[in-house]
Amino acid sequence: MRTKRRNRVIFVSSLVASLSVAFIFIVLAMNENVDFYYTPSDLTSSKIINKDSLRIGGLVQEDSIKISKDSLKTNFLVTDLENSIEVYYEGILPNLFKENSGVIARGFYDYSDGIFYAKEILAKHDENYIPKEVKKALVNDS
Amino acid sequence: MRQLFNQLISFPYFFKIAQISFPYLFLLSILVILLGVLWGVFFSPVDVTQGEVYRIIYLHVPAASVAQSIYYTMVIASITYLIWRIKMASVFMISMAPLGAIFTFLALFTGAVWGQPTWGTWWVWDARLTSTLILLILYLAIISLFSSFDRRASTDQAVSIVVLIGGINLPIIKLSVEWWNTLHQSASITLSGSSIDNEMLIPLLISIFGFYLYVTAIGMRKMQVEILKREISHNWVKEIFKEKR
Repeated sequence: MRTKRRNRVIFVSSLVASLSVAFIFIVLAMNENVDFYYTPSDLTSSKIINKDSLRIGGLVQEDSIKISKDSLKTNFLVTDLENSIEVYYEGILPNLFKENSGVIARGFYDYSDGIFYAKEILAKHDENYIPKEVKKALVNDS
Repeated sequence: MRQLFNQLISFPYFFKIAQISFPYLFLLSILVILLGVLWGVFFSPVDVTQGEVYRIIYLHVPAASVAQSIYYTMVIASITYLIWRIKMASVFMISMAPLGAIFTFLALFTGAVWGQPTWGTWWVWDARLTSTLILLILYLAIISLFSSFDRRASTDQAVSIVVLIGGINLPIIKLSVEWWNTLHQSASITLSGSSIDNEMLIPLLISIFGFYLYVTAIGMRKMQVEILKREISHNWVKEIFKEKR
């Protein structure tokens, strides 16, 4: 009985040990390509080869949004606070799209003119939840 | 301590405790969930960037939390079964897996409903969303094992091993938003505090607590059913039903 249990302990601990090794390998492998988007610095440092479709993410730079008056054409800058990239997009923007707020654009980066031609714009929400009244008070204080 | 543990893993004793405590626990959980969700939906302030749509957090976060916690406890139960062959551990896993599947689905569903207006999309294949989908598939795989074997012991053994192997997904879900760039935001509530305003946080915590109570109550009930299935021909079961008559 005792050896039986010892065998089970050995079985379980070797399973757990091999799972931990598998976990490390999975994470190392995923580190290469699991990122949902690239940052502007990734692109400008030309770490990435030309891809037909990729995503970039960052903050919408302040005072950079230019929306055409008679069409859905939009230009704005995406920044990671080190580098920024100009994005061109034609279509409807999500509600949360605004300056200093997270954005992810999917499209094609043209290295020749340095403009990212987006086919899709997603807004990224951060982890902060603030009531309207509190926000007003914060703005008034500062 | 040891005596208490031995009592809890004995089928007749657990059955009796669950029989007595279920109605209270169930009623309490419904009241707490109603309190948390209604408070959150009708009385907590509007979020400054997301507007009213943020209120889905009062379902989404509790569901996602419960979905993962169930799997954590199932991993502990699987190790317990694999080493000590405690039958209660396999009863636990088999009873909780369907609950885990339901709450994982609820988390994915409410997340999609929130994502459409907030992000601009129902679904993306980012690390957090994909690993949560894998959690749902794991639960379904475990459930599909329930009736795949003729012998009880083979089922219990197979379920335990699959649960243990699937445990590898848990740290990936947890850390996906920290390690990689994802569309899903990182955790708002951490050990070092919360980035959710208190007025919004309190109903959320109440709702989370209510969900845990609910899962405990329903889980106990399901375990009772599973115990009856296994012990139907035993004397203690017959005696209980004789008393009822």
